[in-house]
Amino acid sequence: MTQSSQTTTSERLDPYFGDFGGQFVPEILLPALDQLEQAFIDAQNDPAFQQEFQHLLTTYLGRPTPLSLCQNLTKGSPVKIYMKREDLLHGGAHKTNQVLGQALLAKRMGKTRIIAETGAGQHGTATALACALLGLECIIYMGRKDAERQQPNVFRMELMGAKVVPVDAGSGTLKDAVNEAMRDWTASYPTTHYLLGTAAGPHPFPTIVREFHRMIGAEAKAQILEAEGRLPDEVIACVGGGSNAIGMFAEFIDEPGVRLTGVEPAGKGVATGEHGATLSAGKPGVLHGCRSFLMQDADGQVEESYSVSAGLDYPGVGPQHAYLHAIGRAQYTSVTDEEALEAFQLISSHEGIIPALESAHAMAYAIRRAKESNKPEILVVNLSGRGDKDIDHVRRILAQRGEQS
Amino acid sequence: MSQRYSQMFSSLKARQEGAFVPFVTIGDPDLATSERIIRTLIDAGADALELGLPFSDPVADGPVIQAANIRALRHHITTQQCFDLLARIRADYPEIPIGLLVYCNLVVANGTSAFYQRAAQAGVDSVLIADVPLREGVRFIPEAQAQGIAPIFIAPPDASEATLKGVAQASEGYIYLLSRSGVTGANDDVNAPAAELIKTLNNAGGAPALLGFGIARPEHVQAAIAAGAGGAISGSAVVRIIAEHEHKPEAMLTALAEFVRTMKAATQAK
Repeated sequence: MTQSSQTTTSERLDPYFGDFGGQFVPEILLPALDQLEQAFIDAQNDPAFQQEFQHLLTTYLGRPTPLSLCQNLTKGSPVKIYMKREDLLHGGAHKTNQVLGQALLAKRMGKTRIIAETGAGQHGTATALACALLGLECIIYMGRKDAERQQPNVFRMELMGAKVVPVDAGSGTLKDAVNEAMRDWTASYPTTHYLLGTAAGPHPFPTIVREFHRMIGAEAKAQILEAEGRLPDEVIACVGGGSNAIGMFAEFIDEPGVRLTGVEPAGKGVATGEHGATLSAGKPGVLHGCRSFLMQDADGQVEESYSVSAGLDYPGVGPQHAYLHAIGRAQYTSVTDEEALEAFQLISSHEGIIPALESAHAMAYAIRRAKESNKPEILVVNLSGRGDKDIDHVRRILAQRGEQS
Repeated sequence: MSQRYSQMFSSLKARQEGAFVPFVTIGDPDLATSERIIRTLIDAGADALELGLPFSDPVADGPVIQAANIRALRHHITTQQCFDLLARIRADYPEIPIGLLVYCNLVVANGTSAFYQRAAQAGVDSVLIADVPLREGVRFIPEAQAQGIAPIFIAPPDASEATLKGVAQASEGYIYLLSRSGVTGANDDVNAPAAELIKTLNNAGGAPALLGFGIARPEHVQAAIAAGAGGAISGSAVVRIIAEHEHKPEAMLTALAEFVRTMKAATQAK
């Protein structure tokens, strides 16, 4: 992790995935993005960096995570559902993988201050814990509305030494927090790393985030081969910005026999306009540094997304997903709030696992598949996070419906 | 390509003056008032105009201009209404250079070529896309040129010589030179404009540079011109006057005219 261990190469990574991706940022940020790209290339080729990252993944985060077979949910169906248990990772979700990787990169670049955006507070919490561990200053931008809705997460971040800055601009939600972090970075990049939370944003973020989550799919692949002696028929993950999905898909993209399915939030139904199903219902556009799919009006003004699950509530999506969608390598479907809430309860009551509402979207689709199929198929689902954070929210929704007091 | 920028710079040069270029967001605080504001800026002595199309996510802008975008979008104004307003201004002021400052998604939403065509029909001379750096700009330059629109790129204060040369070669009409890093805003920390930067741009055969970000007082304009810039762009300071007088349009227009006259006077050799 010393600067002297850097080797300089002139190779550059491809900033594009087909027509998607790129670096749509003010000119002033390009040197920061170039520096980050170079540091990432060097780190990937530096055994000392890899060793340190691996060591923390194992001893601090608790990798590898298990692959659990659903015992009860699929009774009566020939389909087996395996869950990749990212809910068991320190921090409670997959997010900590790439956060730790980027925090180590920031140290490698000699940066002392970390900024990040957060929606519900999951990425902010992951960033705060990594900064506490590695001794970095930590500023989290959070929409004011989100900060008010997610007081426990604000307190969690503050406990770990982060400063949470509420963002009033715009709608006061995730998209505005991203805008504010980017504004900070245009003035602070010499000392500050912007620790982007998903596989979107300008190049090289989508590539870095994918590579620092790649172990999710790599472990799952080895584990399913061990358990079943063959590759799965389908790999499934929920998609908001798309980081857990791309980490899960990366190792399977070159396995043509494995179907890849991303599950987007249909919210109250795609037809209502209140959803976050960017790939299913949006169109190509440019937001937050990359060309990808986008929820937008006829003039190109970005629309607000909606989902019961804050982690999927984003009007954009990572550019590699847009590419996989465009070439047909992955399929993207959607699941409503209603279906996700049902899956949330089913997985809790049948498997003894309370999933994050985000992951419940992926599971809802898998459960639907198991019901409809009469073939002995193997599905691997990324159970990307645990649902503790969602307990109050779900309880309130169910109480309103009179299902529970 | 229109000759309005080159004609402006050569006639200013003959008079030994620099350019004063105010910026406002079209539709702020509403379309009708915005049109009166733009006419007032011109009548008070603005040499050229830099105008923003309101956008939902203006990442390169600080709080003052963000608020202008929000005020404009409150009324759900469309890109077409903005172009219609520009066409009316152009009809009455055939000489003044008009630049658009936009965000990329508004340009690509209905086809890049169609956007430049609509801009040209409305009498726009140049388009600067705040979130398109030179590296991505190569896709936009030919489409702009095909419609007679000058592409403008930003020269940041800490740019490498290669970037400055690229910006100088790709920009037509003028070059937008940043006084400092960060986002737009009149926060009194304008750095001394780097004469070195301007020299590099000039040596690369670039169009005259207009210095922007944080230009709020006459001495900022004087310093820009003394360093070799062709003039200065003032955005947040202008927009702040609009915000302060949002519900008193007559007082707003009076204050704007006074501000433009003061800033314009600073471009004239004493």
